[in-house]
Amino acid sequence: MNASELQSSYELVVVGGGPAGLAAATLAAKAGVQTVLFDENPGVGGQIYRGITNTPVADRAILGEDYWAGAVLASEAEASGATIVNGATVWSLDPNRLVGVSIAGQARMVKTQRVIVATGSMERPFPIPGWTLPGVMTAGAAQTVLKAQGLVPTGRTIMAGCGPLLWLLAAQLLRAGAKIEAILDTAPRINWLKAAMHLPGFLLSPYWSKGLALLREVKAKAPVIAAHRVEAHGKDKLSEVVFATGAGERRMKADLLLLHHGVVPNVNLAMAAGVAHRWNSRQLCFEPVVDADFATSLRGIAVAGDGAGIAGGTAAAERGRIAAIAAVQALRPAASVMDVQTVRQSLAREEMGRAFLDALYQPAPSFRRPTGDTIACRCEEVTARQVRDTADLGCEGPNQMKAFLRCGMGPCQGRLCGLTVTELIAEQRRSTPDEVGYYRLRPPVKPITLAELASLPKTEAERKAVER
Amino acid sequence: MTRTADVVVIGGGIHGCSTALHLALRGLKTVVIEKDYAGRHASGVNAGGVRQLARDHAEIPLSVSSMAIWERIEDLVGDDCGFESHGTVLVAESEEELAGFRARVDDLRLKGFTHEELIDQAELRRLVPAVSEHCPGGVVSRRDGAADPFRTTQAFRRRAIERGAEVIEGVKVTGLSRVGDVWRVETSDGPIEAPKVVNAAGAWADRIALMLGEPVPLTVIAPMLMVTSRLPSFIQPVVILRGRKLSFKQLGNGTVVIGGGHLATPHRDRNETVLDWEKLAISAATVWELFPVMRQATIVRAWAGIEASMADGIPVVGPSATSEGVFHQFGFSAHGFQLGPGTGAVMAELVATGKTNVPIADLAITRFLPARKRGEVPL
Repeated sequence: MNASELQSSYELVVVGGGPAGLAAATLAAKAGVQTVLFDENPGVGGQIYRGITNTPVADRAILGEDYWAGAVLASEAEASGATIVNGATVWSLDPNRLVGVSIAGQARMVKTQRVIVATGSMERPFPIPGWTLPGVMTAGAAQTVLKAQGLVPTGRTIMAGCGPLLWLLAAQLLRAGAKIEAILDTAPRINWLKAAMHLPGFLLSPYWSKGLALLREVKAKAPVIAAHRVEAHGKDKLSEVVFATGAGERRMKADLLLLHHGVVPNVNLAMAAGVAHRWNSRQLCFEPVVDADFATSLRGIAVAGDGAGIAGGTAAAERGRIAAIAAVQALRPAASVMDVQTVRQSLAREEMGRAFLDALYQPAPSFRRPTGDTIACRCEEVTARQVRDTADLGCEGPNQMKAFLRCGMGPCQGRLCGLTVTELIAEQRRSTPDEVGYYRLRPPVKPITLAELASLPKTEAERKAVER
Repeated sequence: MTRTADVVVIGGGIHGCSTALHLALRGLKTVVIEKDYAGRHASGVNAGGVRQLARDHAEIPLSVSSMAIWERIEDLVGDDCGFESHGTVLVAESEEELAGFRARVDDLRLKGFTHEELIDQAELRRLVPAVSEHCPGGVVSRRDGAADPFRTTQAFRRRAIERGAEVIEGVKVTGLSRVGDVWRVETSDGPIEAPKVVNAAGAWADRIALMLGEPVPLTVIAPMLMVTSRLPSFIQPVVILRGRKLSFKQLGNGTVVIGGGHLATPHRDRNETVLDWEKLAISAATVWELFPVMRQATIVRAWAGIEASMADGIPVVGPSATSEGVFHQFGFSAHGFQLGPGTGAVMAELVATGKTNVPIADLAITRFLPARKRGEVPL
């Protein structure tokens, strides 16, 4: 579909085609709500089910059965009657529910009564010395390439970090034939103590047996080494990984270092719209303030899925359904939808093991709050020392910091430095991330070209001309 | 015990901070009350143009006195404020428009102002090589330039504090009353008493005026701006248009700031603005036509700062008409940044001595009194 085929308004706009977006669009469209789903990728699935309709990875065992569960969501959405637009980048959303979207270089504004933001998660910044060197990338990026292109890293590969997705990706890469020289486990030992109190919930959750099997599988095929400091060394590209273990410093030659410290909500679109957010001290990130139906502080705008706080793909679909039920009830009070209580119960089951995982895999402070010349903001090449020094000079928050150092003002709109800068300022000023706050985000939340923006219909006549 | 000062300045924008610095330099004990933080609104997020070009006659004296300060800004505030002077060029898009500009420049000369200079097509293309070929000429003000607005406001704030002023942020003024021969300024953090008060409250200044029984027709506006990713350097001066709304400049880091006065919807009680993308698209289309080199540039961010606009487009500067000891300094109508340094100096002189040599009579609040009608001075 191209931009000129879009209607000027829809009853419901869903942003993002991961599990939350697919489940929400399916439920709403089936109930008769006129629904459009915008997804920026060539195919639906989001990150967790990326490439679900067209991945070249044919051996189902490589990506695992949990991945293939996404095919059901995708085909249900396809059949639901929702208009699904791939390659559609949503770059703006405002409190009046005007959605700015670009398709193949053409921009349009679409009006809607309800919005479900299902923009999912992104990987937490992992600012260590050398993290900007070619040859260092996030584990998620490696997973993207595996799912979408079926490509597996060759050469000497080291993984570092912690979190359930790190183990999942390690397993997927190993099954696909990659060789991993070492997995540097950065989860602090003390986390086990903090996690222990949440163990009963975890034992009842679906993560328990799956997680244990995954750990066994990975540990059988790759050496796992506990490390409390990791550095990437190299001149023009990565050549060596230096890390500190209980038994002293070690060095390993490497061509690829994959970093992962868990995922955090991708808040940019909701924040730029003006949705109220707060700091989640368990997951160490900002998340939107939502009610039981995932409604936000802005009327008619909901955030579902991991964008509303990390809970995983299955929970994301349930959250999408809950948000969609609320939308249907508002737009089509007479329509019959599934019982929301049943969905809430499934969601509660899915979320049960989360507290344990959050505590166990909370990255150590030294990995979140870098020092010295380690880059904090990649786009503008701002170092941790600069941020700390500027905070010491009296700069109280990330927005003032932008003006002094330009950190967060590059094309990534703070995605790669926002949490780091907030935490650094909080530490330096002996404050809290909640007090210090986050960048005030401004649209476009995804860069658009001047030509694209100029293509936007600007007058009533132009609007009419492009409407069908 | 109630706190006291010589002067309370309400509002920590470029104007409030500049006035506070100049008052402090005169040895007056000054307290600035800012409801958010200094430079939070228009002062910190405007286009940064330091422009004498194309101003209303009534504010040219203030603009000229400001320019003299801008040119030695580091001496005053200890920071160069990112000020760079490559001129401002007003581009004519047609011969007809150029003829209008010529008449204005001639008129200014007769009045003794020489900062605006008419240029032909050759000079226009020398100054702005990337401009589209259909433009026949324009006007240049060669000493104009641009600065970093937030850095500038912060520099004034910092130097004001160093010179003895106090800047209280996150505190709101809730009331104003006369107690004996001083003003009692009620705030969310307790009262302060001072014989003199300066109302530099920007988009909220009408509320302060109302506390004095001096209603003033102020419109809250939020001019929109957008910025691109970095491009190779292709333009030095700031470029503005008259027929269509556009201001355009490339910063030293290569990013291009595009503005010109299309407005967002402001919500001053929530410190929020809602952008109007159809209007930004008009700006984008104008740039697309005038600067083909920009077509594939990426828009990284768009925003708008909340400020005050007066019906006649010029600010209110001078004593209150109703309240002894109160002075107004607001309503800069989307072009107050350049005026900040000079107006602060004039205001401090006015507060300290009761008079100033810079002609500001045309900016008096009395022009909004119902009985008086004031003649417009169009460009």
